[in-house]
Amino acid sequence: MIFKHDAVIVGAGLAGLRAALEAADVADVAVVSKVYPTRSHSGAAQGGIGAALGNEEPDSWEWHMYDTVKGSDYLADQDAAEVLAKDAARAIYELEHMGVPFSRTAEGTIAQRAFGGHTRNFGEGPIKRACYAADRTGRVVMDTLFGQAERRGMKVYSEFQLLDLLIRNGRAVGIVVYDVAKGEVHTIHARTVLLATGGFGKVYRVTSNCAANTGDGVFLANTAGIPLQDMEFVQFHPTGIYGLGVLISEAARGEGAVLLNSEGQRFMEQYAPTIKDLAPRDMVSRAIMTEVEQGRGIGGKDYVNLDVTHLGKERITERLSDIASFSKIYLGIDISEAPIPVCPTCHYMMGGIPTNVDGQVLDAGGSIVPGLYAAGECACISVHGANRLGCNSLLDLVVFGRRAGKKIAAELKAMDWVDVPDKPEAPLVEKISAFKSRKSHLKAFRLRADMQRLMTDRCSVFRTKDDLEAALKAIAQLKDQYGEVSVDDKGAVFNTDVLEALELESLLTLAEVTLVSALAREESRGAHFRQDFPERDDQNWLKHTLVRKTAEGPQVSFKPVTITRFQPKPRTY
Amino acid sequence: MQVRFRIFRFDPEKDSAPYYRTYDVEAEPFERILDCLNRIKWEQDGTLSFRHSCAHGVCGSDAVRINGVCGLACQKLVKDYHTDEVLVEPIPNFRPVKDLIVDLEPFFETVAMIKPYLEASDPPEKERLQSPEDRKKFDDAVRCILCACCTASCPVITSENKRFIGPAALVQAARRIFDSRDEQRSERLNQLDYPDGVWPCKNYFECTRVCPKEIPVTKLINLIKRDLTKSK
Repeated sequence: MIFKHDAVIVGAGLAGLRAALEAADVADVAVVSKVYPTRSHSGAAQGGIGAALGNEEPDSWEWHMYDTVKGSDYLADQDAAEVLAKDAARAIYELEHMGVPFSRTAEGTIAQRAFGGHTRNFGEGPIKRACYAADRTGRVVMDTLFGQAERRGMKVYSEFQLLDLLIRNGRAVGIVVYDVAKGEVHTIHARTVLLATGGFGKVYRVTSNCAANTGDGVFLANTAGIPLQDMEFVQFHPTGIYGLGVLISEAARGEGAVLLNSEGQRFMEQYAPTIKDLAPRDMVSRAIMTEVEQGRGIGGKDYVNLDVTHLGKERITERLSDIASFSKIYLGIDISEAPIPVCPTCHYMMGGIPTNVDGQVLDAGGSIVPGLYAAGECACISVHGANRLGCNSLLDLVVFGRRAGKKIAAELKAMDWVDVPDKPEAPLVEKISAFKSRKSHLKAFRLRADMQRLMTDRCSVFRTKDDLEAALKAIAQLKDQYGEVSVDDKGAVFNTDVLEALELESLLTLAEVTLVSALAREESRGAHFRQDFPERDDQNWLKHTLVRKTAEGPQVSFKPVTITRFQPKPRTY
Repeated sequence: MQVRFRIFRFDPEKDSAPYYRTYDVEAEPFERILDCLNRIKWEQDGTLSFRHSCAHGVCGSDAVRINGVCGLACQKLVKDYHTDEVLVEPIPNFRPVKDLIVDLEPFFETVAMIKPYLEASDPPEKERLQSPEDRKKFDDAVRCILCACCTASCPVITSENKRFIGPAALVQAARRIFDSRDEQRSERLNQLDYPDGVWPCKNYFECTRVCPKEIPVTKLINLIKRDLTKSK
């Protein structure tokens, strides 16, 4: 079947919904989501959303911009970082007006807390900039935007998986989707397509990401010949619950928690003397892994302790109740009495589909791809550069989601309908039936587990040429085997077996692009640390990586970084 | 340790009636029931279908009934169960679609009915002010993740009144009714003042017992009733 909408938005997290709300004023908008919208992964964000409101202490957007750029290890495009920091306060007030139940100060204004890498007066000390709702900020913003979508009667295709991105003569004309509940393949013909499909943390074994984070939009952009930008920059959040990867928000350290090694030392004092435990995530993750490698992990194992005990039960209940609950459920500990065992967990992808500040996707030559937009974690604007600061992602979603929506609304006025290619569903229908008809007994999870182990073992916090090359070779073998994958479930209704097989193709491809990018960058910057090239090298590497799919395999090229206000300096905290 | 699971199975394309199938799984005490379901799906039987996503009790996808009690498969651990078999079924009060997946459309319709958004006019230039005390009044309701465990467990819906709007929708209503910023408080209360609105609740407390986010659901329902009675 062919559905028709002026604008189709893929992904119902914060970026997708915020864009949809903006465009719905002037156009027939449809949102496609692989899960029911309120299940989207934006809802898992805990600690806060950054803006220089100055409710707790004086602040300025210039300081916020500076922190974002320094946090990015100077790889962020500064024009974009300026948009983010300048528009932040307006975006927060707008969310409050929509109904977000922020925590409050004694004066009744939005409460703010300290967060990693956010400082006063260009690095002097930590500042309270993260606006929060206890430790469930993402979830309440998610619920609020969904409520607004309900109010508008927004058309949502829930539990529809993105299968293909339709581009004709260089222009995006629609998508092909899989109705998971019925097992049917449909086309959505549109004048504009916005990808807001999120990250792909599921390429790693240990991750804070949800099962749905398989990078479907990023993969399809790559398939369509659009280069992927800065894919080597994978954020490892320093405090995932040991063994599980479940996130313990940076808000814990924002409220005063400290990291301790086996000797009971607050080791961050040595790595970041000024802001200590509130250093940016890349630095804290490296510090933890260094402590572990030097034998100071707890009990000789590969984790350290996050100590919240001194905050007291009352403050924990009021501000950190979700993480107290996670620790109680999954570890059986009361965090007001015992420390939390933590280690780095794959959390966020700085890289993705290159766009301008209005969400318009850029091709290999840097030209706009008409009709195609991207926003949120799947996009690379780049505001986060080589390392994103905590509480800048929720901000990114609402600031740039809105901008993309505005741009779509404006462009639709002059955008005509272009026909979709002939029988766009046929190859996808065939792909799905091939999974069902093969007799290989090779299941998707086997290849996925191998890939996840490889990526976690060889492409995590510390990287080397040897590891990356070995991983690349192994991924190539897994990709070869992908053609043999079969499923047990031959039915149509809620065939999640087929869904997992489809998602695996995205994951394998994105793992490969990540490795190719990581191998290409022979320096250490932000979240990308090469033990064989341990220094930042501005002379040769102050540039973005682009990787494009070609018949000869992934091709690497580069593009310059936009620098406006802040010249690169050594990055110490 | 080895754990035996007995799982509700139903494929509308093949089965005229649901049946149960048993699976043995190797699992650690601190592993989640969701980990076990995944292991069954991946290693033994790919046809088993269930919803899941965040795996730590935030997205609300994986509500199921385990040994007769509704909960999130990602929040319940192997060590929590001591029976010979762990019985996993779809949540009741909803139509099973396939295996552990139920049709949640009617559930989301009840949520949509209560207008799940702030009604407030004339926003100031900056944020609206709200005291920490006022913010606290709806803090419990804010934790709701729309997993449907409460509505699925409601004995009123099971055996007395299928049209009862249900505890989840009432929690969503409470989130707005007790928010000092909302200007439609009396309209919201009046909307619930009908035979299938707030009144069918008989304080069975099943909703409160099963809520994965420990929301005092029954208490919120009673607060709505109290305010409605007071306003008459």
